[in-house]
Amino acid sequence: MITTIRNGLALVFTGLLLQGCWEAPPMESEQLGFRGTGMLQTSNPDLTEPKLAANVLPEPLAAVPVVEGGPTAADVYENVQVLGHLSVAEFARTMTAITAWVSPEQGCAYCHEGANFVDDNLYTKVVSRRMMEMTMAINSDWNSHVGETGVTCLTCHRGNNVPEYIWFEQDGPPTAGGMAAKGYQQNHAAMDVGSTSMLSDPFSKYLTAEPEAIRVISQTALPQRGDARHESSTQATENTYSLMVHMSEGLGVNCTYCHNTRAFTSWEQGSPARATAWYGLQMVSNLNDEYLEPLGPTYPEHRLGALGDAPKTNCTTCHQQVNKPFAGASMLDDYPIWRPEQ
Amino acid sequence: MAMLNFERKYRVRGGTLIGGDLFDFWVGPFYVGFFGVTTIFFSIVGTALLAYGAAIGDTWNLWRINIAPPDLSYGLAFAPLKEGGLWQLVTICALGAFGSWTLRQVEISRKLGMGYHIPFAFSFAVLAYASLVVVRPLLLGAWGHGFPYGILSHLDWVSNVGYQFLHFHYNPAHMLAVTFFFTNALALSLHGGLVLSATNPPKGETVKTPEHEDTYFRDIIGYSIGTLGIHRLGMFLAVSAAFWSAVCIVISGPFWTRGWPEWWNWWLQLPIWS
Repeated sequence: MITTIRNGLALVFTGLLLQGCWEAPPMESEQLGFRGTGMLQTSNPDLTEPKLAANVLPEPLAAVPVVEGGPTAADVYENVQVLGHLSVAEFARTMTAITAWVSPEQGCAYCHEGANFVDDNLYTKVVSRRMMEMTMAINSDWNSHVGETGVTCLTCHRGNNVPEYIWFEQDGPPTAGGMAAKGYQQNHAAMDVGSTSMLSDPFSKYLTAEPEAIRVISQTALPQRGDARHESSTQATENTYSLMVHMSEGLGVNCTYCHNTRAFTSWEQGSPARATAWYGLQMVSNLNDEYLEPLGPTYPEHRLGALGDAPKTNCTTCHQQVNKPFAGASMLDDYPIWRPEQ
Repeated sequence: MAMLNFERKYRVRGGTLIGGDLFDFWVGPFYVGFFGVTTIFFSIVGTALLAYGAAIGDTWNLWRINIAPPDLSYGLAFAPLKEGGLWQLVTICALGAFGSWTLRQVEISRKLGMGYHIPFAFSFAVLAYASLVVVRPLLLGAWGHGFPYGILSHLDWVSNVGYQFLHFHYNPAHMLAVTFFFTNALALSLHGGLVLSATNPPKGETVKTPEHEDTYFRDIIGYSIGTLGIHRLGMFLAVSAAFWSAVCIVISGPFWTRGWPEWWNWWLQLPIWS
């Protein structure tokens, strides 16, 4: 008996050590509010430095000379629907860059079959065309979130065919109540929501077409009635909490990066980052609704989720656990085509 | 002040830790001693500094008075009085007063030839406070990590610091501390109820003995911890609550910077099933 307990304890402690479940000072702290309010970001340089190292932009491809009045890509090539206005040289440079960002291993052949660069016979070509449109839309319509920094293919893809952080819908609602019910999509540690046991898929509720409102703080001292009561229910609150933990983990920040938690709803007491994040939620809902969901029929089955839905985006897709992708460095000066003139 | 007739013989000289018999006397019912003097000194100075802080602050509303620690940029240095220096002085006074009170408890225990159980237990409360305003700020490298002195402002600080770790209820030491606090309350209420019920029998009956008390608990849960044991248990629960409270905040930041839910990944990754 004692041996069993001892072995068990030894196993647990070995596990603790192996998994490195403790950190050690010195830590770094940043103050985001008045002193003594606890509006702080504390981070461990041992953890943040590798992340920042992974967020250094690659050297941009050498710029090509601008030839006034030279032929455009559309003049020279067939079926160039999105980038046709570029000069032939700039078009080639852009294609080279995209290849490095999205399919460095497969090269051109990931989207183009053999020497046939014209046809849309590969699904990857159709998808990437839509992704180009999406990138341009983000940079011209969503400055409220991406600012002047903007995004390119690399922001999400980072050399992967499919961005590392995407999400799919999960199994549907429980079919029976009580003990026979399924998991209600909670009560199991879910990595997308920071290993909490809260709702494991807040994305379907809050990051798709017609997202649910995040209005969970009661506006009255007494319980609310009607729709307001439903919106601020315990369950809605926990679902929101789940989404917020996802946002925090996705950005590598804590709740006080945006909120003064004494009054979550108060824009005045929160930080300016909260407004940026709010637009981010609108943007992600819009991207999933307008660009990503509709691509479902284009994908082969192995790219789809268990329920047959297209891969979709959330905060981590771009941010990859850093509050500003590539530490806020912009690629748009080197690749201005991704921010078309308004 | 009147003294009970048996009390005089317990007022014995000696047993002081410091100061010999300089302050070895009573004022009314209160033993003074060197640490009584330092307690008074630090309490008055600290309270006066708080009042000064309120006077130069925005409000006299008792709920909203706020004496905040310095900005993080001051690190572990002294800050100007109006920019957190006041908080630093108040902290010194508070630690001086709490430490003095503990040592005064030691001196009284020594006079009476008692064990040091009371100062031992009380020192855990002091330890919890010191963890918040000294140990953790030292480990994080800035006094600005201390909590502000104010009824509402310290609650706001607790809220924000909790949310710095996304979901503080996943903090393992916080779980232990909360469990000990609640168990402590349960044990104290059971004990208080039991003693009151035994000593308040119906009219005309005699006061019941510990035998009754033991029998009550043996009947209801099969075991009675006994008259001495319940106090050992009470001390263990209360001291553990304070101890794990101190641990739960000291590990938050210096030894873990991510969300507390994530800490539990070690469980998911145990080689047994992963």
